[in-house]
Amino acid sequence: MRPSERILAGLTWTAAAATVGVLFYLIVFILIKGIPYLKPSLFSLTYTSNNVSLTPALVSTVIITAMSLIIATPLGLFAAIYLTEYARRGNRAVVLVRMTTETLAGIPSIVYGLFGLLFFVTALGWGFSVLAGAFTLAIMILPLIMRTAEEAILSVPDIWREGAFGLGAGRLRTVFRIVLPAAMPGILAGVILAVGRIVGETAALIYTSGTVAQIPATPMQSARTLSVHMYALSSEGLHTDQGYATAVVLLVVVILINAASAWIARRFGAKK
Amino acid sequence: MNCFAINDLNNLRYGASPALMRHTAGDAGSGCAAQRRLGLDCPALRSKKMNCFEISDLNLYYGDFHALKDINLNIAAKNVTAFIGPSGCGKSTLLRTLNRMNDLVEGCVIQGCVRLDGEDIYGPGWRGDISHLRRRVGMVFQKPNPFPMTVYDNIAFGPRTHGVRRRYDIDIIVENSLKDAAIWGEVKDRLRQSALGLSGGQQQRLCIARALAVAPEVLLLDEPTSALDPISTGKIEELLLTLREKYSVIIVTHNMQQAARISDKTVFFLLGEVIEHGDTESLFTRPSHKRTEDYITGRFG
Repeated sequence: MRPSERILAGLTWTAAAATVGVLFYLIVFILIKGIPYLKPSLFSLTYTSNNVSLTPALVSTVIITAMSLIIATPLGLFAAIYLTEYARRGNRAVVLVRMTTETLAGIPSIVYGLFGLLFFVTALGWGFSVLAGAFTLAIMILPLIMRTAEEAILSVPDIWREGAFGLGAGRLRTVFRIVLPAAMPGILAGVILAVGRIVGETAALIYTSGTVAQIPATPMQSARTLSVHMYALSSEGLHTDQGYATAVVLLVVVILINAASAWIARRFGAKK
Repeated sequence: MNCFAINDLNNLRYGASPALMRHTAGDAGSGCAAQRRLGLDCPALRSKKMNCFEISDLNLYYGDFHALKDINLNIAAKNVTAFIGPSGCGKSTLLRTLNRMNDLVEGCVIQGCVRLDGEDIYGPGWRGDISHLRRRVGMVFQKPNPFPMTVYDNIAFGPRTHGVRRRYDIDIIVENSLKDAAIWGEVKDRLRQSALGLSGGQQQRLCIARALAVAPEVLLLDEPTSALDPISTGKIEELLLTLREKYSVIIVTHNMQQAARISDKTVFFLLGEVIEHGDTESLFTRPSHKRTEDYITGRFG
């Protein structure tokens, strides 16, 4: 091996080891700090300042995630269908929409939070509520869902579209019967990425859905997600250990989501 | 010699008697008998047409590029017609003009007349719709393109598109189409399996079956064997010879031996023009144009 090759090989090795090492360290650190404090009281149904239960936060996370997806997925998917299947190439509106989504994707989440506070919470008068939080997150994940759906649709080979047109199928039938089923794994992958972002989000939620630790009875009530719950526990400084225990639960949730995405990709991918 | 044995049925709503339609697709007599039972006029009995397509003064442009120049061509019904010529001569373009697949190409401008059953499909007064036209004029592509679904659903896609809903009717159409495409024996036990698991040659015959499932009058094939091995190619050539009993077949091919083997008529294209058109035998043995002779003897192309 020449010296230059040796240096390069060494660098690659170091980079790989550092990446894996950091991740490993992080996980082990959280587990060691958190597992001793995973007590039944942490999972009791209601939150008190004594038991700092994470159950309300866990339920709220599921609710907010579902609501955001219900709002953002159809919008993003149909926008992607329009951009790829209907709009003419080089159309100015299309260029504009693409530029806008790229910009949206790059905005820090705190800015979404402030926008949600000004618009949904204040201007529309929804107050700190699950609804305001879900709408804010929906806007935040819209570009992600749209871009992944667009790429998934574009990766469907044109020969299938031609085949469908050649049989007399119209564009709508071609899109819904041929293109979308074929693009489904990619679209789902985008949705699951979006779930990951929602579950990990704090900044955009603190100003919109608030930080009340309860299971919301109506969408107009305030609630906190797991991440917000963790943020609150650590910033108050009184229950840092329980904060780590919550992190363990969040870690498990994220791993489950990733496993689900892998399973879905395999399952739908195999059908092809 | 009649291309339009079933064109009478086109006036029917396709959903009215699809199973009947499949049964009668190749048989003008019983098709018209069915027609008369339904109290409809039967043009197939009235006029026996010799040509399925009559093309006059056709010009086609892709933007600034003049791809087809003053094409005048009649295509015989119930025959295999081969389009030959070097790459880029416009043979595929003309084929795609016949079922308006070029509509999908941006910047494509078409002038002139293409008559199917006497009706100009590019005329301002054309009353048909594209979906109906593409049902009458089916297409098979260069690369086998079965949809990513089961064998059964692949064949059923066309009939369902045109409104056939009853399970029983679709079952019959699927079986008949697969038999017509000479692939029934190979796939009858795997109708519920993905079509993508078939071999390339089987996939292409499946695509032919899929095109036949909507009971077309004309079948357009765009170099259907160029992606296949010689054995699969042989099977498809045999199949095309049987199909001309029922359908008008137009095939684009790069392979002159293939054109000589399977076609009744051959059209030779060069740089967007029709150079020569005639019976395959005479075109290959006694070409009347120097350039045709040069091409078929392999001097260029």
